[in-house]
Amino acid sequence: MSEIVLKIDDKEVKVAAGTTVLQAAQQAGIYIPTLCHHEKLEAFGGCRLCIVEVESRGWTSYVVSCLYPVAKDIIVRTRSEKVDKIRKVLVEELMAHAPDAPELVKLAEVYGADRNRFERKESFCVVCGLCVRYCDEVKHLNAVGFIDNGAEREISFIPEVAKDVCWECQECFALCPTSYAQAAYLLTEALAFPGQRKAAVRAAKVPVATQRIIPIKPVAATT
Amino acid sequence: MPKLQSVAELEKYRAEILAQRDPAKPCIAVCAGAACDGMDSAAVAAAFVTEAGKLGGKIEVRTTGCHGYCEKGPNVVVTPGDICYFEVQPADVPEILAATLKGEVVERLVYKDPNTGAKAVHMHEVPFYKHQTRLLIGDNPKIDPMRIDDYLAVGGYAALVKALTEMKPDQVLDEVKKANLRGRGGGGFPAGSKWETTKNAPEKTKYVIVNGHEGESAAFMDRAMLTGNPHKILEGLIIGAYAIGAQKGFMYTRHDMPLLEKHVRNALAQAKEYGLLGQNILGSGFDFECELHFDVGIFVSGESSALMRSIEGNPPEPRPKYIRTSVSGIWDKPSNLNNVETWANVPQIITKGAEWFTSIGSEKSKGTKLISLSGNVVNSGIVEVPMGTPLRTLVFDIGGGVRDGKTLKAIHFGGAMGGSIPADLIDAPLDFDGMSKLGAPIGAGGLLLMDEDTDMVEIARYLLDFLVNESCGKCAPCREGMPQMLHILTNMTQGKGKPGDLERLEDLAEVTGAASLCALGKTSPDPLKSMFRYFKPEYEARIPGGSGDK
Repeated sequence: MSEIVLKIDDKEVKVAAGTTVLQAAQQAGIYIPTLCHHEKLEAFGGCRLCIVEVESRGWTSYVVSCLYPVAKDIIVRTRSEKVDKIRKVLVEELMAHAPDAPELVKLAEVYGADRNRFERKESFCVVCGLCVRYCDEVKHLNAVGFIDNGAEREISFIPEVAKDVCWECQECFALCPTSYAQAAYLLTEALAFPGQRKAAVRAAKVPVATQRIIPIKPVAATT
Repeated sequence: MPKLQSVAELEKYRAEILAQRDPAKPCIAVCAGAACDGMDSAAVAAAFVTEAGKLGGKIEVRTTGCHGYCEKGPNVVVTPGDICYFEVQPADVPEILAATLKGEVVERLVYKDPNTGAKAVHMHEVPFYKHQTRLLIGDNPKIDPMRIDDYLAVGGYAALVKALTEMKPDQVLDEVKKANLRGRGGGGFPAGSKWETTKNAPEKTKYVIVNGHEGESAAFMDRAMLTGNPHKILEGLIIGAYAIGAQKGFMYTRHDMPLLEKHVRNALAQAKEYGLLGQNILGSGFDFECELHFDVGIFVSGESSALMRSIEGNPPEPRPKYIRTSVSGIWDKPSNLNNVETWANVPQIITKGAEWFTSIGSEKSKGTKLISLSGNVVNSGIVEVPMGTPLRTLVFDIGGGVRDGKTLKAIHFGGAMGGSIPADLIDAPLDFDGMSKLGAPIGAGGLLLMDEDTDMVEIARYLLDFLVNESCGKCAPCREGMPQMLHILTNMTQGKGKPGDLERLEDLAEVTGAASLCALGKTSPDPLKSMFRYFKPEYEARIPGGSGDK
């Protein structure tokens, strides 16, 4: 495969054709913020935080780096006044849902986002879709999916599937930037199949001290 | 009907149809377009059929697609002479038939000028029609959309014949490029360049698509074309497929219009029966199939990449356009998508040539444009004018001005993703680039008139409310930004505007426009941007303590 040379933040970077700008930056040790990106998953382009400025043949455009393929001689700027403003407002919008989510708090500091700028929204979910996509693409379980559209879109565990597979897996809990996936699971359990897990635990005679909520298995860290 | 095996057979068949028709025999065309249908034109048509039946075939009755003058429906046009009757009721039918037999006119049902009382009998005298150039919609009163023979009788499929027999695919493409036909769906992108991209894409399997979704609010001309004259669009599509080298086409349209579905389904079946679709079309060696596909009920399914995902059987979520759908579309195959009106323009470009086509219109926007006229206008309906026509002609000469004697305040183009311009820009020409520069891009062609009583904050709120419900929710700026804008605007309309609201709105508009994944999100702040450009004082007045932008 042919190699492509491009410029990211004044640094010359050489990568294989077909690489995305985000991957190219990561290979060169240049940081671009992401929320919905995970190396094991297909690029989604949902959170838009990885937006960068690209100059190509004299034209400047704003593209999301997780999806934008590298091209010869393009100049990428991972930060600019406009890029920073976009990230700031996006973080402010997401903080309307989850004002204390650690990743958002960190980004708010970098970009000067005000967590109280916009009207609070009742859901803690930032709809990054990591749980939904991980469950589909990596686990092939589809125990959690998106429901509804637009502002009403949220994640939802499918009780018929979740009751058999989620407690054993729990891998999406650690991926979730706001801990909402875990909360949504437990709510589903409480509503749709209460007591089932406890009965199983009792039957297996597991000591109370080890009946924990946090994942038993370690999960591959997000990038 | 046996399949037509060659061009000669088609022309022979066309000659037979024409030989059976006497142009002097009176024919009554009853409009069954959506608006007339809503005013029970079906009862009028039924009365004509019953009463004309008693006359022993002296008068023909035809149920047709939309004539255009929706305001005055049910519309009836009598040929020869194109005598227009308006607001016809079943009780008027015997009188019209009697007068038609005698070669007379029913004076009380013809157009009467609301100011002068002057009457207009023939279509070319009626003000609503006489300022138009009806190249596309003009055939509607002449065609029963359920009968392919009616389309053949007005010269239908002659362009396809010409393309298949006299032109190579490259020549067809060249003609469309020379005609500078620009996409009628919103962007005004040159159709020829798009065709060329798909044609030159390396994959052998290629698709062509009619985008007949028409989700834009206040736009209703595509459904009128597709329901009223489906073969015209199909003919354009087959010609396009021939030029591009596509083997398969899709008509993507609305699931919620039974009449449209019936007509399109019937048109596809008839074209297949006649040998205009399928293997070896008219003996040319060119094969092409076309399938009908329906949307899933949300606005964003009209966005090209979402539409293609929908055809694949996936949820209609837009895909980032870093790889164009014309190169990698349905099932990753090169897929050329054009709007209904764009395809409808193709047959006449082939028949009459690019030179003829470019003689109509403005410098950079050629041909005519269908416009849906609505809002506080006297004559609502579907209008077709050459590109470059001043808005004043559309609004006053054709539209009859503002309803109830009020003053014009603003003109809004392009539905929920368009923009509003103030009345003093009324002399601006209808032109893709010109209107975009003014901040009111033509979009698909929905023109909304607003009178002096219109609250511009409420308009922005109303349009955004529509889009919030239509967003798919995949990307953050669209999903989060639009509801936040809507929240602020709602507060402002309820007298709860707060200091900082305008600045918040400006930031949200900027970021939603810059960072959203697809055109729905990217253009959602456009109405608001046009408001800030032309009507900002109205917004400032909603914030306590002056501009409040502290």
